[in-house]
Amino acid sequence: MAVAGYAGPASGPAPAQDFDMVDGPIKAFAIATVFWGVVGFLMGALIASQLAWPLLNLDLEWTTFGRLRPVHTSAVIFAFGGNAMFCTSLYVVQRTCRARLFGGDDMGWFLFWGYQFVIVTAALGYVLGVTQGKEYAEPEWYVDLWLTVVWVAYLIAFGGTLLRRQEPHIYVANWFYLAFIITVAMLHLVNNTALPVGAGTGKSYVVWSGVQDAMIQWWYGHNAVGFFLTAGFLGMMYYFIPKQAERPVYSYRLSIVHFWTLIFLYIWAGPHHLHYTALPDWAQTLGMVFSVMLWMPSWGGMINGLMTLSGAWDKLRTNPALRFSVTAVGFYGMSTFEGPVMSIKAVNALSHYTDWTIGHVHSGAMGWVGFVTFGAMYYLFPKLWRKTGLYSEKLVSWHFWLATLGIVFYITAMWVSGIMQGLMWRAYDELGFLQYSFVETVAAMHPYYVIRVLGGLLYLSGALIMVYNLWMTVRSESLAETHAVAAGGFVPAAAE
Amino acid sequence: MPTKIEKDSITGTNTTGHEWDGLKELNTPLPKWWLYVFYATIAFSIVWMAIYPSLPVTGARGLSGWTARGAIGPALEAEKAAREPMLAKLRAATPAQIAADPEMRAFALAGGRIAFANNCAGCHGAGGQGAPGGFPSLADDDWLYGGSFDAIQHTIRHGVRNGESDEARGVAMPRFQADGLLKAEQVADTAEYVLSLTGRATDAAAAQRGGQVFAENCVSCHGEKGEGNRDMGAPRLNDQVWLYGGDKASLMRSIGWSRAGVMPSWGGRLDPATVNMLTVYVHALGGGE
Repeated sequence: MAVAGYAGPASGPAPAQDFDMVDGPIKAFAIATVFWGVVGFLMGALIASQLAWPLLNLDLEWTTFGRLRPVHTSAVIFAFGGNAMFCTSLYVVQRTCRARLFGGDDMGWFLFWGYQFVIVTAALGYVLGVTQGKEYAEPEWYVDLWLTVVWVAYLIAFGGTLLRRQEPHIYVANWFYLAFIITVAMLHLVNNTALPVGAGTGKSYVVWSGVQDAMIQWWYGHNAVGFFLTAGFLGMMYYFIPKQAERPVYSYRLSIVHFWTLIFLYIWAGPHHLHYTALPDWAQTLGMVFSVMLWMPSWGGMINGLMTLSGAWDKLRTNPALRFSVTAVGFYGMSTFEGPVMSIKAVNALSHYTDWTIGHVHSGAMGWVGFVTFGAMYYLFPKLWRKTGLYSEKLVSWHFWLATLGIVFYITAMWVSGIMQGLMWRAYDELGFLQYSFVETVAAMHPYYVIRVLGGLLYLSGALIMVYNLWMTVRSESLAETHAVAAGGFVPAAAE
Repeated sequence: MPTKIEKDSITGTNTTGHEWDGLKELNTPLPKWWLYVFYATIAFSIVWMAIYPSLPVTGARGLSGWTARGAIGPALEAEKAAREPMLAKLRAATPAQIAADPEMRAFALAGGRIAFANNCAGCHGAGGQGAPGGFPSLADDDWLYGGSFDAIQHTIRHGVRNGESDEARGVAMPRFQADGLLKAEQVADTAEYVLSLTGRATDAAAAQRGGQVFAENCVSCHGEKGEGNRDMGAPRLNDQVWLYGGDKASLMRSIGWSRAGVMPSWGGRLDPATVNMLTVYVHALGGGE
């Protein structure tokens, strides 16, 4: 990491203060995070219900599971998670660099509206049946091109702010955010290399074909998890946990070693999604061993997050927002242990194509990504709107316990359902015939699908409590009344 | 460069001296257990890569010589070899012979059960109970094309109205109202007459008029008393088993616009042993003749 931008404290301009920073677009990103979160959780509860009660597909092409499932996955990953990334990365980079966002308010607003446009055009396409059929990369070429423009602007804004910094070193959170931005750009470009069928058509075909396409798809898919949902959110963790715990980061050395090992190892692990397929054996072997080696680099992040609390564990009793962030790290540790286990071929032979995978991804998505974001939002809303604190700490507790219970219902149901499904698929009778037909496995899973719906509804209801709490926080008395605009108590920070 | 290394009072560890927005870092060494487990996973990986294929070179194998194809192929061959003697007997025998031999019958019922569950249950139900909308029950003695071993085997092999071969079952019933062969009120009268076959008519005059129409148009397939005809696949009309519903509206729809259930031919999709096992299984569901 170069320190080219460091001008030295004596010769540089006065340290940037809060009021210098670009906050308007960040507020908008924070609102979008919460909004798309609720949309995503609602779609999740809906499609989970469709799996339990197929009548809810409504026999309309626009509302079938096949079209709504990408709406759910994109809403939670790219809309909820993506807005949370924009929101926190732009907030953190300005403060830890003591520099105003490169490109200023205009850049911030371009990123905001540009990214929301990506989300809406992608979602409309899904519902109308426009898709290139690649999981987590469903949007067609025109959305991909526009996202590329927005993403390059994001890199310029973030990187430009880093270069302008008034600090000699780059804070660890920013390493992770930068790795996330650069790698997602590379993944997006390679996986979406496609040729439109003709002028004036939305349809395109991906250039790669056959097993090469499958490999690139899962190189992309796995690193969407590794860099979008892991590296980016580790950046979030490295700012908001020490802030809320008011403690120094546990180990600088660990942060360096786990950062570089994580970045180097993650990018090779994709083939574990293609065990026992046409993918050559050697690639499957590599996918497995790189996943196993990822265990400790992942846990390095968990250790740094949890141990930062040493000396401040009592804050978990008094600060329910910190409880979200810390529980998130716990779920992160759990799913990054489960992941390497599932990548082992003998385990994968049972788990692959079953609900176990769905449970695994949701312990990561709901437990890690969701919780660390909730923790950050509970910290950010009072800061951004200049309030003394949240409207209600008690409601944060309600959110925490409802959501935790929801995750427990969800993942235990999927573990039981997935392992049962895998065992039923491979059961033979003494004459060598399959013990169960496919539809018998579906019937056996039904109760667990209902439990999953219950878990999803609990998680959703917690999020609705959060919306109410944050809304009331924004409407509450401001910290500095001199900055406040009379109507509604809103403080337009961008205008200050 | 302004570094201000401090000692953290709680842990006794020094900071690195950097500070960002009030955030500092401790200079704690790497946890030993963490480092050693990480080394262990690396060592495991190296050993694993030596044992299993890990080089992008065609034909390159690990020390064990293991390949995915090499592992599954012999297992499949062994499985096939173990079952082949019985499957050969099942192919050679007729379903009636299979049912008469206890050993073959037990094997056929086991194989027929799972073949039925994976191929037939989607339409005919998990227990062969059928479903409303034209999916006949296979567990009763009301057969469209016959419930003998030979008849069941023929139906499974060639299917119904699928246009795949002349052997397929079923003829097309005319669309009496849609094609202008009968007027709407004649169709209603005929439906009333069909209701009368099971004592459910409510308008004797209409049923009588419908009887005339029935005699002129329907008896050639469905029989004089509505007893049906297995050669045509014409269902019995004088019992209470209805493929498409036995109320008046459903009957008028059937007479006016016809019905034509379709079933795929399984002879080309399943091997002859499986077709024979299915035949024995379906025959044993409850209605075999």
